[in-house]
Amino acid sequence: MAIIETLSLGQKYGRQYTLKNINLRVDAGDVFALIGPTGAGKTTLLRLLNLLEKPFEGSIIFDGINTTGPNSHYLEIRRRMSFVQQKPVVFDMSVFGNVACGLKWRHEQSEAIKQRVEGALNLVDLIDYENRNARTLSGGEAQRVAIARALVTEPEVLLLDEPTANLDPNSITKIEEVLAHTIAEQTITVVMATHDMSQGQYLANKIGVLMNGKLLQTGSPDDIFSSPISREVAEFVGIENILDGEIVDKDGNLATIDVNGTTIQAISDYAIGERVYVFIRPEDIILTLAQDITSARNTFRGRIVKATLIGPLFHIKAYCGFPLLAVVTRRSAQELGLIAGREIYASFKATAIHTIKK
Amino acid sequence: MEELWQALGKAVELLVTFDAEVMEASGRSLAIAATSCSITAFICLPLGSLIHFSRFRGKRLLLNIIQTFYGIPTVAIGLMVFVLFSSSGPLGGLDLMFTPAVMVIGQVILVTPLMLGLTISALNGVDKAITETAVSLGASRFQAAIITLKHARYAVLTAVIMGFSRAFAEVGLALMVGGNIKGATRTLTTAISLETSKGDIELALALGIVLILIALIISLTLNRLQQR
Repeated sequence: MAIIETLSLGQKYGRQYTLKNINLRVDAGDVFALIGPTGAGKTTLLRLLNLLEKPFEGSIIFDGINTTGPNSHYLEIRRRMSFVQQKPVVFDMSVFGNVACGLKWRHEQSEAIKQRVEGALNLVDLIDYENRNARTLSGGEAQRVAIARALVTEPEVLLLDEPTANLDPNSITKIEEVLAHTIAEQTITVVMATHDMSQGQYLANKIGVLMNGKLLQTGSPDDIFSSPISREVAEFVGIENILDGEIVDKDGNLATIDVNGTTIQAISDYAIGERVYVFIRPEDIILTLAQDITSARNTFRGRIVKATLIGPLFHIKAYCGFPLLAVVTRRSAQELGLIAGREIYASFKATAIHTIKK
Repeated sequence: MEELWQALGKAVELLVTFDAEVMEASGRSLAIAATSCSITAFICLPLGSLIHFSRFRGKRLLLNIIQTFYGIPTVAIGLMVFVLFSSSGPLGGLDLMFTPAVMVIGQVILVTPLMLGLTISALNGVDKAITETAVSLGASRFQAAIITLKHARYAVLTAVIMGFSRAFAEVGLALMVGGNIKGATRTLTTAISLETSKGDIELALALGIVLILIALIISLTLNRLQQR
């Protein structure tokens, strides 16, 4: 059952649409990640869902209640949600006081408040800081206070706006652990905005791609990351090999695609003569020094143009009649001697390729 | 010059011996200003919050009008209160003319625009994210207003102290509606005015020193608050 549904939702500031025609459905218990670049409209959408802004057009249905209707009860609905903003906002009072605020506003008994606040502070590992003024905390600690403050009211829906943006790696890990634990232990629906796709994949069971104020694609993380519906979504989700091609032959759903004079075999539903984009994820490409016998239908001889170590992985740019980017572990790159100028064979399966019509 | 030093010496003597007339005028000044300031704060804090948190047409115009009245001459308020409370005025039946009560009423009218405007400015100075965070955590409008006011507490207190200073230092209104009656409505400022015109410079100076000392304490308090 949908706990949040938006119907043709739009928001406009001045003449500029920030969001346009958003039709979103979040079911109870979903962890829904809104991914998209900065300025895509993620924060605006979360603010609308939290009823902090009135939409310019369309409606938001919360658990069957039309919040834009004449008899909407904003306070009652809002008290079923919690919102953690990107920039941690803490009140000028103790950490305990900050976390207790939402419960006090709901007129909870003081004994229950104490118990629940301490539970929430234990969860975010800040119980030793309960008497400190929250304004003296670091950014990561303040965000953990904000998360504890949001969770202590046991909301049905938790809205998170880039909860780990601009934080140090340690704080990011701690916050992700708290969120993962909460999602696993509680019956909670989460809608989170993030531009960190790995975070979306790690925490969410559904993903929506928001770009330029439009919801371009929704689906499971696997759907989004393996089968993007457009070139811009593919580029955003990190598919760095995007080739232009034309389907020149078909055998069932196995298509032969001409890419820059080289033929690639891929699973595709498109017909002969169709111009397509060919998406190949870098991690699906295997690099070898000799032409091994593999099950991969596509093997191309090429030469390494550039090898760059980024984090734990080597990013290998090669040219095989068309440009290709592959990622290999540091150890594999060293063992194979993958350096610029080296001749290699690049292999990938027909099923690893995703095509969309141009 | 020698006369001035003599006057200063006499003034200090009046102060250190707790001269009854000086103490009485000082006490009355403080009591009237504190009462009017408390009543004004009681009106302006909720009213300022209501104006700050409400969206309505003409809000900017209202704020401009409030700011225009910051420096309204005390004699203008005095005249208005005089007309209202004189025996032939619409509120003459209350028989409040030339009493501390009517002086308090006058000071409330005088100080309200200043305290109201500064309260609204204080609330404007609070990061909007504070109010929004409170609302997003389930605060009602009233609860959100309270936490915003708490975050503006030093600036709001500044507004209250500024209001107190204006009430405490005014003379035109107190003279017009209080009448400067010894033992009843004589305050520091009206007494200084009277004693100067009588030529009792020593007493006027003593009263002036008390006035300046209290103003100094207010100013120091204000500075400390603004540094926080």
